[in-house]
Amino acid sequence: MISRRKMIASIPAAGSLLLTACKDSLPPTYGSLFDLSNTVTFASHRVLLRNQPLVREFARDRITKNFPAINETNPKDDRYQHLLAGAFAEWRLPIAGLVSRPAELSLDTLKRLPSRTQVTQHNCEQGWSAIAEWTGVPLGRVLQEVGMSLHARYVVFHTVDGWWDSLDMFDALHPQTLLAYGMNGGELPVRHGAPVRLRVERQLGYKSLKFLSRIDVTDRLDDVEDGTGAVGAAYGYSWYAGI
Amino acid sequence: MTRHSVLVRATHWINFLSFLALAVSGVAILLAHPRFYWGETGYFDTPAAFELPLRVNLDQTGWGRDLHFLAAWIAVVNGIIYVAWGLLSRHFRYRDYKVLQRLAYLSVLFGLLPVTILTGLTLSPAVTAAYPVLFTMFGGRQSARTIHFFAADLLVLFLIVHVTMTIREGLVNSMITGVVETE
Repeated sequence: MISRRKMIASIPAAGSLLLTACKDSLPPTYGSLFDLSNTVTFASHRVLLRNQPLVREFARDRITKNFPAINETNPKDDRYQHLLAGAFAEWRLPIAGLVSRPAELSLDTLKRLPSRTQVTQHNCEQGWSAIAEWTGVPLGRVLQEVGMSLHARYVVFHTVDGWWDSLDMFDALHPQTLLAYGMNGGELPVRHGAPVRLRVERQLGYKSLKFLSRIDVTDRLDDVEDGTGAVGAAYGYSWYAGI
Repeated sequence: MTRHSVLVRATHWINFLSFLALAVSGVAILLAHPRFYWGETGYFDTPAAFELPLRVNLDQTGWGRDLHFLAAWIAVVNGIIYVAWGLLSRHFRYRDYKVLQRLAYLSVLFGLLPVTILTGLTLSPAVTAAYPVLFTMFGGRQSARTIHFFAADLLVLFLIVHVTMTIREGLVNSMITGVVETE
């Protein structure tokens, strides 16, 4: 029988073992109490979601009319307006970093890859929610296409309007994480991020970036932009938004 | 004369502070969209079940959510310590309380608190991916948000009554010093 003293003595040992095992897979906390609590949330969600469940998908008749379009709805960027005028025929999505076959994917190339269509609820951090149908390529399929390295741990996304954010592989490889080019049966409208936006269904809406312009695969975030993992950090938004 | 142990007093005041933090941060989050709906969806173009006459402020949700979840984690850990200690030391006795008090505390403990926690968890896109049954329990995401708001309001009301009563009966000191005067 294990004595109580022995049991108590083993708690720090087990704790440090757990920390050593997890340390590399946890987002950085920068010594902030808020970040620490968000990391506790992150870690507990990873336990809850260990079997990678899908979020609910709805029937098409549940699709919301006038799905809200917030933040940027038509980037003023000259290059973007030029691509839009040409129906995005010249648009390319560069994917680089820890991949064996860096590529500049055209919209046609993306559309030729196996697609997924899902009717899901968008949960805005403001409090509203709405349902839409999204069609696109699972991000995991695209990463496979470019030969993602085994050392890759994060996928970093940049947008036309200067936004950037990142996902770790747990969310990047989830089957419902899409590079979406279609919405409600048609092309993705400009106000919703044409030609391609991200869908990250198990986090708040602000992780689903619109107007994607570049993707980088990396093994660390501290040398990307300001090192916080997402532009939202500067505005007080948690990197992990599973809440 | 009986005493509130150090543990009871410490968990009580930690609970008090985390509750205040939850209430304040809850309002900060609410200000971004002070409209409430029933059912699954709700947004600018759908009719609201009701709308609070508050000035919309979109810039308080970042720290609001951060503080809300920090306080929630502290309240959860604190609550577990309190309940575990209460069960071990047989602290939970009702004989000192009047019937109305008993009813109030029981309905908070087994009614409002679980409903507030579960409706809060229903607002998490990650937790509901693991437990979609939460949507069924509360009739959709927006219903859960609305219930969360009302349950939290009732908790604040309970707090106000609780504080008023303890001040009127001169019991505030007992939760600080631990000494309870009995007749």
